[in-house]
Amino acid sequence: MADVIKKATRDSYGESLKELAEEYNNLVVLDADLAAATKTGIFKKAYPERFFDCGIAEANMMGVAAGLASCGKIPFASTFAMFAAGRAYEIVRNSIGYPHLNVKIGATHAGISVGEDGATHQCNEDIALMRTIPGMTIINPCDDVEARAAVRAAVEFNGPVYMRFGRLAVPVINDSETYKFELGKGVIMKDGNDVTIVATGLMVNEALEAAKVLETEGISARVVNIHTIKPLDKELICKCAEETGVIVTAEEHSVIGGLGSAVAEAVTECCPVPVIKVGVNDEYGYSGPAVDLLKKFGLSAENIADKAREAVKLK
Amino acid sequence: MEDSMKKNLQKIACKVRMGVIEGTYNAKSGHPGGSLSISDLLTYLYFNKMNVSSADPENPDRDRFVLSKGHTAPALYAVLAQKGYFSEDELKSLRHIGAMLQGHPCIHTPGVDMSSGSLGQGISAACGMALAGKLDNKNYKVYSVLGDGEIEEGQVWEAAMFAAHYKLDNLVAIVDRNGLQIDGAITEVCSPEPITDKFSAFGWHVITMDAHNFDSIESAFAEADKITGKPVAIIQQSVKGKGVSFMENQVGWHGKAPNKEEYEQAMMELSAQLKELED
Repeated sequence: MADVIKKATRDSYGESLKELAEEYNNLVVLDADLAAATKTGIFKKAYPERFFDCGIAEANMMGVAAGLASCGKIPFASTFAMFAAGRAYEIVRNSIGYPHLNVKIGATHAGISVGEDGATHQCNEDIALMRTIPGMTIINPCDDVEARAAVRAAVEFNGPVYMRFGRLAVPVINDSETYKFELGKGVIMKDGNDVTIVATGLMVNEALEAAKVLETEGISARVVNIHTIKPLDKELICKCAEETGVIVTAEEHSVIGGLGSAVAEAVTECCPVPVIKVGVNDEYGYSGPAVDLLKKFGLSAENIADKAREAVKLK
Repeated sequence: MEDSMKKNLQKIACKVRMGVIEGTYNAKSGHPGGSLSISDLLTYLYFNKMNVSSADPENPDRDRFVLSKGHTAPALYAVLAQKGYFSEDELKSLRHIGAMLQGHPCIHTPGVDMSSGSLGQGISAACGMALAGKLDNKNYKVYSVLGDGEIEEGQVWEAAMFAAHYKLDNLVAIVDRNGLQIDGAITEVCSPEPITDKFSAFGWHVITMDAHNFDSIESAFAEADKITGKPVAIIQQSVKGKGVSFMENQVGWHGKAPNKEEYEQAMMELSAQLKELED
């Protein structure tokens, strides 16, 4: 078996911005003193005249992005998810969302896998917050290949987009040669009949690993990758609910308001089936190595498999 | 300023004030006090200063205007109606269900360059517009009006830092220093003073002017035009409720609509002022 290549999606983000800059000369990048961490520094080095550091002032950065967009620029406003979605929430809502401006928010260091920085920087609430903004598109890519495609899709799309990237290097599971990204469309990564595991971000790989284990036990698990959390591919979710009868969701985010909630909301309208959520259980994180934290918080193939076994028993 | 020009602006400002009263009376809510304190300023900007046209509202080379103190939308709407962006009749449906004119400015209204009204946010968007102008080598200017209470918002000072850092000399922020906010005098609520010193310390060129004297307004903007390398803050000394005797300097008229009797009284006073200017 070939070595697994690992890469953090924040790296994919920074590299993609640089790659797209030539094609889109109205693309500009803003950051809030975190260019080295968000990887917008890669863009800054290549296009310093199109990069604007706003300093540690995220509220103003989002407003500046709105003003730039109103004049035809495509601003990518970048900072950690905690500050992009958390601190600047109301500016994103009122200055970007309400006027529906063409601002792209590149939120890195999302979720518990921020690691050692601890609870203040581990944002498990950003998807929930952004979902409440009418007209906001939310993309949470699962690997390098998907992240690159997501940044391109975001720049090609006219309207506000929230992109969620991680700090931790994660396995590259998509094939860059054949991969196609379709905004708003879920992807069946593996077919199955007994249970559907709907996963997003770095949990897609965990879901695939869980499905392998379940297969050996005679449980046929379908794995669906939801990279676009809003608008949600309700058609696919409802089809899976009908065909497999139970759903397990998996996300590196609070079980309140994220993918699990979105899926549960969808199936209650079209095909009510049990939805068991794997995520961060309404609690704060703490310091530690990212890989260990993911295990501690149950964001693992093992926990997904456990929940899938429970789900199948409910049928 | 020539007398004929001054008289013309005074007449338009008077009509703008009537629009403010008409709008808030029909809405049975809204913010007349702070709308009246910026009526002369907006009249000057739209009728004597800014390169804008209702015939071409999306022109990329136009000057931009962001009403950061968005609750005073009645004044903006009244001036936009005078300028021909929409009919004066629209003012009567301000804040009504299904109406175009929202309680706070919305970018989808003709002539409105940015949604605003959650205080402290408009000035940041204005910075973005000014930065875009610099990037595109355009000559347009960006004007943004802030309340003196509004500048208690921290975001304003984030924007102030940004504008000076990026030398946005195509940005002019006007602070409407009428001295009153919802809970009382700004100096008693949580004082933002000294306002001029604060903007100076943040690297802005600061000018003060009399908000209700067109000669003073004109000389302030003439000075602003000469400044290069830094953004300009014009602190306008104004009277909240200006032009309607019983509303002047009364904190209670921040966010209250006139009743029928008050509406008639206000319109009578403004009509008399207009008649005097027309004679």
